[in-house]
This record gives sequence, C-alpha cells and structure tokens, in this order.
Amino acid sequence: MTDSNRTTRPSIPGPHDIVRHTLDNGATILVRENHASPSIVIDGLLRAGAADTAPEKAGLASFAAAGLLRGAGKRTFSRIFEDMESIGASLSFSAGQHTTEFSGQCLSEDLDLLLDILRDALLAPTFPAEQLEKLRGQFITGLQIRANDTRSVARLEFFKLAYPSDHPYSRSADGTVETVSAITRQDIVSFHRQHYGAGGMIISVVGDVDPAAVVRKLDARLGATPVLQQPSSELPSLLPLTGMQQRFVPLPGKTQSDIVLGIPGPIRAADDFLHARLANTILGVFGLMGRLGASVRDDQGLAYYAYSELTGGLGPGPWRFSAGVNPANVSQAALSMRDEIRRLQEEPVPAEELADNKSYLVGSLPLHLETNSGVSDTLVNIELYRLGLDYLQRYPEMMMQITADQVQAAALKYLNADTYAMAVAGPPGGE
Amino acid sequence: MPSTEALAPPNTPAAGKVSRTVLDNGLTVLTKEIHHAPVATFWVFYRVGSRNEGPGITGISHWTEHMMFKGTPTFPNRVLDRAISRVGGQWNAFTSSDFTAYYETLPAGEIDLGLQIECDRMVNSLFDPDEVSSERTVIISERQGAENNPMFLLSEEVHAAAFRIHPYRHTVIGDMVDLERISRDDLHAHYRRYYNPNNAIAVAVGDFDSDAMLARIVELFAPLKPGPDPRPVHRVEPEQRGERQVTVEGDGETSYLALAYHAPNATDLDFLPLSVLAASLVGASGPGGGGTNKSSRLYKALVETELAAAVGGGIGPMIDPPLFTMSATLRAGGDLAELETALDAELERLLTSAPVTEEELIKAIKRAKAAFAFGSESVTSQGSWLGLSEITAGSHVWFQNYLANLQKVTTEDVARVAANCLDRRRRTIGRYVPSTSEPMNRGNGTKSALMHESA
Repeated sequence: MTDSNRTTRPSIPGPHDIVRHTLDNGATILVRENHASPSIVIDGLLRAGAADTAPEKAGLASFAAAGLLRGAGKRTFSRIFEDMESIGASLSFSAGQHTTEFSGQCLSEDLDLLLDILRDALLAPTFPAEQLEKLRGQFITGLQIRANDTRSVARLEFFKLAYPSDHPYSRSADGTVETVSAITRQDIVSFHRQHYGAGGMIISVVGDVDPAAVVRKLDARLGATPVLQQPSSELPSLLPLTGMQQRFVPLPGKTQSDIVLGIPGPIRAADDFLHARLANTILGVFGLMGRLGASVRDDQGLAYYAYSELTGGLGPGPWRFSAGVNPANVSQAALSMRDEIRRLQEEPVPAEELADNKSYLVGSLPLHLETNSGVSDTLVNIELYRLGLDYLQRYPEMMMQITADQVQAAALKYLNADTYAMAVAGPPGGE
Repeated sequence: MPSTEALAPPNTPAAGKVSRTVLDNGLTVLTKEIHHAPVATFWVFYRVGSRNEGPGITGISHWTEHMMFKGTPTFPNRVLDRAISRVGGQWNAFTSSDFTAYYETLPAGEIDLGLQIECDRMVNSLFDPDEVSSERTVIISERQGAENNPMFLLSEEVHAAAFRIHPYRHTVIGDMVDLERISRDDLHAHYRRYYNPNNAIAVAVGDFDSDAMLARIVELFAPLKPGPDPRPVHRVEPEQRGERQVTVEGDGETSYLALAYHAPNATDLDFLPLSVLAASLVGASGPGGGGTNKSSRLYKALVETELAAAVGGGIGPMIDPPLFTMSATLRAGGDLAELETALDAELERLLTSAPVTEEELIKAIKRAKAAFAFGSESVTSQGSWLGLSEITAGSHVWFQNYLANLQKVTTEDVARVAANCLDRRRRTIGRYVPSTSEPMNRGNGTKSALMHESA
C-alpha cells in the first residue's frame, strides 16, 4: 500500500543478485541472499535417475537415493537424524526419471552441519546392509499401500498405457514389489559409483548466507565429486498413440473412482513449451482448476477435484488430466474432459480469457518467489533447462506475446481428443 | 474506534509487531506489517466448525464454506475466482473442528481485493438452490475420496469411540446420511447464525502500512451489523472410564494401529509440556513442528526394529480437550499384536525408567525455533497461525509467545503431564486390518481428520 519503511524487500531474482559459480569438476552453484529470516534452503540435483536403470531393477534409483542417509561418512543412520532433527534441519533425497534431487532446510547458524551431511551423503554413503533391508521393508509396505490407492493406481496404469513398454516412463520410478525385492546392495553401490558424478550437478542455496562463503564451503566439500563419464540416458523414440488406450482397474471396497487421461507431452526445451503451458493453464489450472474445474466440478458437480498438469521435463513427460468422481459418473467426466480438449483445439481462446490466464502466470511470480524454497526451486530449474539468469526478467514479456493462435496450435500439436490413454481405478463395476 | 493494543514482537527477525483492534460491531482485527516480500495475505476466521454441529447437520460448516465460493450479487460465481487469479493471487478456505477460515494471498498492491471479497461474502452470499444441489455431489465425492483412505476410516472410528458426548466425535466432512439430507435452508440458517462480525476475526499480514490497512478494514467492515452471539458449545466430554477398542476391516494388504489419549486444550498450562512429550515420542507437531521424526522414540522402537514401516501422530491447539494420537503402519509381513506390545512397552518405559530428558527438551525448543524461522518466510503461514491462535487459545499472544513459553517448560512438567495423559484407562485403541473375506457394505461412520482443505 505504501513504499515507505521497506528494508529487506527483494526484487525478482536475476543476474544482479544471483551468484552463479561453476566448480572445476563441472558442478554449478547458485546462491541468492535473503536476510529476512535466519533460515536457509538448499536444493539441487544430479544426473542419475530411474531411466538409467534396467527394467528388472526398477526402483533402484529411488532405493539408492533413500539409502544415502542410512549411513554416510562417519555417521550412522541414527546419528544423521539425531544431528539433523536436534537442530530442526531437514534433508531428503528422491529420484525421478532423469535426476536424483535433494532438498534441505536449516537455520543459518547450522549451515555447516547440513553441508557436511550433504557432502557425506553424496560422496561417502556407506549403504549398511542391515539398513538397506529396513528400507526395503518400508518400500514394500509403501508399494502395498500404493496398490490399494485409487489415485496412485490410476496414475501408474496411465503411464503404462501412454508409453510403449520399452520406454522407461512406462515403469514406476519406485518399482514394484518384485523388482524392489530383486535389488541387491551391490546394485546400489554400483549405481552410486557409476552415476553420482559432478557433471550436470546443480546446487542452489537461498537465504541468510554470504554467497562467497557458501561457494567456498561447497567447493571444499563437493569439489572432490568425481567427474564421471555419466552414461546419458537415451530415450527410445516415441510414436504417437495408435487409437484409444483404456484400462479399468477394479479395487474392491472403494467408494470413489479416479481417472487419469492424457498423452506424452512436450519436453521443457520445446520452442513452444510456454504456449503449451498457457494452454494447460486455461484447460485445468486457472482459478479453481480452469475449464475442467468449471465444467466437471462447478457446473456438473461431478467431482471434488478435476485439473490438468503439464510435466515438461528433460524428457517427454505427460500432459494429463485427472479427476476423482463417483463411480457412476466416470463416463460423463471423461467425456467432459475430452470435450474441453476438443474445444481448446477447435475454438480460439476468447481474448479476455487469454489475457486473464497470461496475467495469472505472470502475476503469480511474487507469490511463488516469496519464500526461500520458492526461489531455490526456481533457480534449479533455470539452470537445469538453461533458461538464463535473466529468465524471470524476460518471462513476463515472453508470456504476454503469446497469441490465441499459438495456444490453439500447441493444443492441436500435442493433444488429441480422439486418441489418448485413459486409466480408471475404483470399485468394481465403475468403468 | 475502540482500543488498539500493540504487542512486543517475537524472537524472529522477520516478525513485526501485531496490532489487535476490536471494532464496535465486535469484529476482531489483527494486523502485522512485514516487508520481506511484495506480498500480503488477508484472512477471516469464523468461530464455527464441526464442533458446533450435532446429529442431523454434521458436515454443515464445511459445506457452508464451499457455498461461500458460489458468489454474491456483487461478485457472482466465478467472478471472484477470476478476479483473484487474474492478479496472480491465491485463495482458499479451511474448515476444522473449531473454525472456518478464508484467505487471499496477493501481490501487495492487490490486497484490497481480498478485503472487498471477505467483507462482501460475510453477509451477502447467495446460497442459490441450484448451486447447493450441484455442490451436494461435490461434497459427497469429497467424502468418498476420503473413504478410499484406510487412515480416514480408522481415525473416524477412533474419534467416535473416544468422544461419546463432545462433537469432536464426528468428522469435519460429516456423516453421509447428513450430507444426503441437509437442505439449502439449513445451510443458509447456519450461515446467518455464525457469519457475523462479532463471531469473526480478520487478520492481515504483509507488505502494507498498518495504519492504512486498519483504516481500510474499518471503512469496509465497520458498517456491518453484529448478530446475536451464537450458542456456546456445552457438550463437555465426561472422563473416560476404561480403555476402548475399535477395529475397522477393509481393503488392501496393510494394517494400521492408532492410539488416542485425551489431551489438554490450547489454553491449558499442560499443553506445551504435552507438545514436548509428543515431539519426543513421534516428532514435533503444532506451531513448532515440521521435518522428519526418525530420531523420535517410537521411530526407534517400532520402525528401527522393523515392526512398523512408519510412525506418526501429534497434538495441535484446540478449543476443547482434543486427542493426542500416535499411529503406526504395520510393516509388510509383520504382526499387529507384536507391534502393539512394543508400542505399549515403549510408553511404559517412558513412564517408569526413561522419562523425557533435558536433551530432548532442548531439541524440541530448537526445532520450534527453526520452525518459527521457516514459518516467518510466509505471510500466509503467519496469518493462519495468528488467527488460529486467536480462535483456539483466545488470543494471538499464544502464538507470539509460543517460543518464550516453550523455553519455560521443565522435564518435571513433561513427566507430570505424561503421567496424567498416558493413562491406559483413558485411551482408545484403533486397529485397521485387511478383510479376509469379501468387501463389506460400508456403514456411515463418524469422525476424523481435523482439517479439510477446500476448493
């Protein structure tokens, strides 16, 4: 309301206040200061993911990531979590298809401890056999819970339908009970040795820090990360889906059905990715979930949730539409989703709706960048997709220039109202 | 304008001063000016939740919350949503056992939109019969989605068993029989009874000038007429005499265990010692919570020993004495009775040979300090805690002084509260076990999750 009395209010992050430093081994460090609160967020990733593992070992990348904190350097599993939880800090690792990501948070007075644990986890995990067995039991329990969860089952089946069986995306990054049972300690040790290298590694530190000191601290700890010839995961080529792919998975005793419908989508580096993002926002994000929310939830009262999601990562992740509905309403909800896809393909988006959606995508930046974790997450993406440190400065203009024709063209290019994959999980008889 | 009291800022650098004002029509207003980012949040909390419901109208507070998104004559349905989204804002609402809360978080220059919307819908929401009818299926779908989750089913039965009298016994989402029958007029009457300035708290946090913000809130809200004070809730839960047990059979291959003990409410002096106890047992919760719980006593006793795949639980501030719950997910292939025995042994150990230590107390305080620093990064989080504190503890000072008061807790306090609270005669054990036969027809249960996110 007034511009007086502003002391620490930061601007949109850009080349003027992001420190970017590349270590000799190729790892990239990004730092942005924010002294509003005595806290720090660390995010990052390295190039090791589920796509780098054999189908019969599906879940290996996730198993390895979770194993990093089961013992590292001189610390046992118990010591690591006693040390971290005693200072209110957190650090976690998880694996996707192409990357293993980490995320941590601590008070600024505890940065050194968190960085020590990060270093040990990445460079010196001990993978104690008995700890890996404990982890295996937890994973298998998690997979059993997943097999009984309609949303998870619909999502897993969707990936099987939307991608050919030789494509890593057709498999769950967390594996199955069978594959997780087959993973050995040696598999995990080898995967770590072969794939946890500095090439492509990104580390972002945001918060109450001195950037020069952070770079020194990280160089001292991660400068020794080996430069590996990390095998680049070549993905099999994707052909368009031939005809509708549909599957219903009955889960007895459930009361609601979950639907996931969609197709393989554009990669983040696609020239028209922002056009697709705008199309996706119109379809199933804006406000209470865009046109899908308005139609499926608000007008027809069919679902508690209905939305769309565009992945756009390093590979052709899906563009998918999800809804949770009463079993009797599955067909009607699916038809409505299809109708909304068709409408976006056949009719130019009205000028006002287009303007609203652009305005939302640009206007939501301050909210997204309010917290250290929001900024940190954005910095990692800027580096991973080589968007440039001035990306956030250029973003509003890039977004504002997109036309209704370009949105329609992206919808026509990537979506198909007649040929898509659709998976439904719910009570028997609810197909 | 009536009196304004200013309070000392808490121990976090990003925290500003909170001003509290009560308008002539009874509206309580909290403002906190902070400039860490060009954003601001505006909340309105109503003193109504599932606590104010009885049989026949369970779920009505939550459904009313949904109807508040369906428009007024000034802002018809979807106009609100569009107006917020167009400027890059977020809005949502929550219904809990104790309150219903609405918020808008916006770029700082747009915060007036939040004030206008909340002022308007405090009195002018339409409750159009067609909208009520289409929302009925949305609400039922929300309940069915929750029923797909075994932990919802178990928690609902545990609450229904632990509370015989108090309305915490039923879920926020409500019983299916009531969701099928509640009428438009029921909803509208509920709205008129509870949505009045004298039953509400407005909270603004963020990048604004406090005086200007307060003046604008007064300009918009002061003309609203107060309503009669809502009927207080008098359904005090009598002391439980003897352990209660419930079993839920259902689908899947996984068993779950839940233990629920009657616990002190937010204003009870025992609340903070109990939150330290909870942090030791299952990890930090409430305003000092967050993070993992792998160094907690139950994790070590149950997960490290491979009896459970995960443990959880905690305690949060509530108006009336709530449940302190602990839960465990049985590890695949494990034995539920063995898990239960180990859990009991660990609680017994705490009560006899191994009370909560000074080290654990220091850890809980440090974790809370970190949680407050992390929370201070977000205006939305701060607005939420200030309002929640005002509702459940009678004053936002509860939140502002949380860290300072936590530091006064001693291990003796924790031991005393542990002995009081962890009494087997006043607990409820819930077990979820996979069905061995064909799925049953589901009955209509009662209570569970304390917080439902809407929209």
